[in-house]
Amino acid sequence: MEAQIQSAQIQSAQVQSAQGESPGVSVRTHGHRRTYLIGLGYALALTIASFWAASTDLVFPPGVPVLLGVLAIAQMGVHLVFFLHISSAPDQTNNFLALAFGVFVVALIVFGSMIIMTNLNHNMAMPTTP
Amino acid sequence: MSAAEHALASSTDVPLSQRGPAPTRVVAGFGFWLFLLSDIVIFAALFAAYSVLSGETAGGPSGAELFDHKHVFIETLCLLASSVTCGFGSLAVQRAERPSVYFWMALTFLLGGTFLALELGEFRDLLTHGAGPSRSAFLSAFFALVGTHGLHVTIGLCWLIVMLMQVATLGFRPMVARRFFCFGLFWHALDIVWVGVFTIVYLGAR
Repeated sequence: MEAQIQSAQIQSAQVQSAQGESPGVSVRTHGHRRTYLIGLGYALALTIASFWAASTDLVFPPGVPVLLGVLAIAQMGVHLVFFLHISSAPDQTNNFLALAFGVFVVALIVFGSMIIMTNLNHNMAMPTTP
Repeated sequence: MSAAEHALASSTDVPLSQRGPAPTRVVAGFGFWLFLLSDIVIFAALFAAYSVLSGETAGGPSGAELFDHKHVFIETLCLLASSVTCGFGSLAVQRAERPSVYFWMALTFLLGGTFLALELGEFRDLLTHGAGPSRSAFLSAFFALVGTHGLHVTIGLCWLIVMLMQVATLGFRPMVARRFFCFGLFWHALDIVWVGVFTIVYLGAR
């Protein structure tokens, strides 16, 4: 009976790893509080750095938005890896491809809109004084 | 090497066509992941609108005049902490430890509720100072973006209550565990969106 249960467990583990994993479950990071705590540490450091960068005079002012962007992308990466457990492991191919497509669409919408609207603003600028 | 690890290592030799259907847990997780990504595309549209309109204040107050960084920092900490307690709660669900699930998920609810209360307080302040969504295009875009995020958090909190009631009445059935798992994904995804909100809306205001 016990052997049967064990073999069923092995089989289910086999099927799962063969068919990939859902996001949030990684064979390597599965079931560890430490993963979340490491993620919390990185996320806290990046958050504090972001708020510091926005209020400090030490950074060259035109460079602040770039710095904020880099810190935000880094923090999103930390959240994806340590909280959602997304990785490029073979059992995560589907999740990773879906994420890549999502990021592509998001970038297309955001940067596309900004480029088009800036261009329109530039072309349609009215002279302020007659 | 244990038997399970051995099975994991050898399973890659099985051809794709002979592996059979994926278990429901994997399919449900992947489907929910696709939903989350499409949800993030909605936020991308709102972010795009905000970026385009953030300068259009129509003579009204600008973001730099309205936003309080300390307030946003506390909101951010609440949401980040709730993400971690939600992670601990998910681990407890996997181990089917009832008291631990209640504790961590109650903490998650409390932190999420605090975040929501702070956000609603900020909205109230803006409205009483005549900076409502009808004041300028900038404020319309602001309320649409931050309001949609707040709405998602509200839905998440309602979902969390339902899940805790299901644990109380149905126990840790595979179905309930799957739903809890999807809730965890949803909650972490909201935190990722918030990173974009506080960077672009609050810290980017100048």
